[in-house]
Amino acid sequence: MDLAPLALSLQIATAATLIAALAGLGLATLLANVRFPGRDLIDVVVTAPIVLPPTVLGYYLLVAVGRRSVIGHAWEAVFGSPIVFTRTGAVLAATVGALPLVVKSGRAALESVDVTLVRAARTLGASPARAFLTVQLPLAARGILAALMLAFARSLGDFGITLMVAGDIPGETQTASLAIYDAIQEHRESAALAMVLALTAIAIAILYTVNKLTAAPGDGR
Amino acid sequence: MVAELAPRTLHVRARLHPSSSFALDVDFTAPPGVTVLFGPSGSGKSTTLAAIAGLARPAAGRIALGDTAWFDADAKVDVAVHRRRVAYVFQSLALFPHLSAVHNVAYGMPRELDRQARTGKALSLLERFHVAHLAQRRPPTFSGGEAQRVALARALAIDPHVVLLDEPFSALDRELRIELISDLRESIRELDVPVLFVTHHRQEARALGERLVLLEGGRVQSIGKVADLVTGGHDASFDETPLDADRMLDR
Repeated sequence: MDLAPLALSLQIATAATLIAALAGLGLATLLANVRFPGRDLIDVVVTAPIVLPPTVLGYYLLVAVGRRSVIGHAWEAVFGSPIVFTRTGAVLAATVGALPLVVKSGRAALESVDVTLVRAARTLGASPARAFLTVQLPLAARGILAALMLAFARSLGDFGITLMVAGDIPGETQTASLAIYDAIQEHRESAALAMVLALTAIAIAILYTVNKLTAAPGDGR
Repeated sequence: MVAELAPRTLHVRARLHPSSSFALDVDFTAPPGVTVLFGPSGSGKSTTLAAIAGLARPAAGRIALGDTAWFDADAKVDVAVHRRRVAYVFQSLALFPHLSAVHNVAYGMPRELDRQARTGKALSLLERFHVAHLAQRRPPTFSGGEAQRVALARALAIDPHVVLLDEPFSALDRELRIELISDLRESIRELDVPVLFVTHHRQEARALGERLVLLEGGRVQSIGKVADLVTGGHDASFDETPLDADRMLDR
């Protein structure tokens, strides 16, 4: 089995999960704890990737960061290479797919913490930030970790958004899911099967861990 | 009602609409010592405490400790919860399940104190409430009475300006209640700050309180001495039946 696509997938998924974690947990905290106008709109926009066809998302991304777009142009001027049809594009595609999972599950984890505990922290002299960091976040940690693992699994398996934005360039943007498609097209059944089994094993291991994390007791009073 | 203008008297005048079906409109003062907030459930006791702590924002009114306004709708004053130094013992106690008893108690202590000083002070507070042996354990393993004691120690650890107790003994049996009330009475006397004690048990009211504010339907029905307002049952035991506020008013 050619391990390069799998290694590339792991690399891209790791980068995408880190970016989705930073952006997603920020958004999750905002949505869980702050009431502001437009909150529902942001929720819908962030969640949309779950229900939109990957090709539709890919199309939007191409428009937003393509070589002739403002962002794409600026990126290329600064970094010397475009976003689309590069590894950067693959990371972006995986991030967009993973973000709603971090936001949705992260928000649910934060909202599952008894609000009275946060209030108690406030009456004990904690600023909103300290109450968040010392009470709400630690108590939501398991759920947040589970959310990040799901996000990683989602990034690892992305096909459609990646194909639209980053193409299928062997050694550059050909991830494991894309390699399976290519192998089938080229009638390399055993290569496809090996990759399928590898991805399945990783996904099952992640799901098992997530279930352990979310079912374990110890968060109650 | 005697108008007390002592510097540490709590003045509460607040109008709130926590839900569309309920309006709270209260006006009373609480000098240092225990003031019992008494009334049937749904009468607005907990909402009143939340407004004093800054956890609920009144639509109108003024809440002040002595001359210091914590909330003033007209002057647009609204001091943040964490700057009011209000010790609040919630009905659910709200102990932090991920922190040991000693860290729960030390949580609210001034950050200027070093770690060792905070731990030492927390331990002595746990000792005062007879739960020093729980110091390193976490709340999920505590019994009801133990959790109660740790919660009281944690609340008093912040050197509060005001103490709010929201039916803190509701989950305990009679004997534990008697024990805890006598422990609490001592600590409160030393603190010498306004203490608002929410209850609907007349024996609790009598055991702890001096003054009583009777709430009903979100309004203050009467204010007076506990001894005058809560009558009947001369034995020292606890009356487990919640007091019927209507009957009490008749007396």
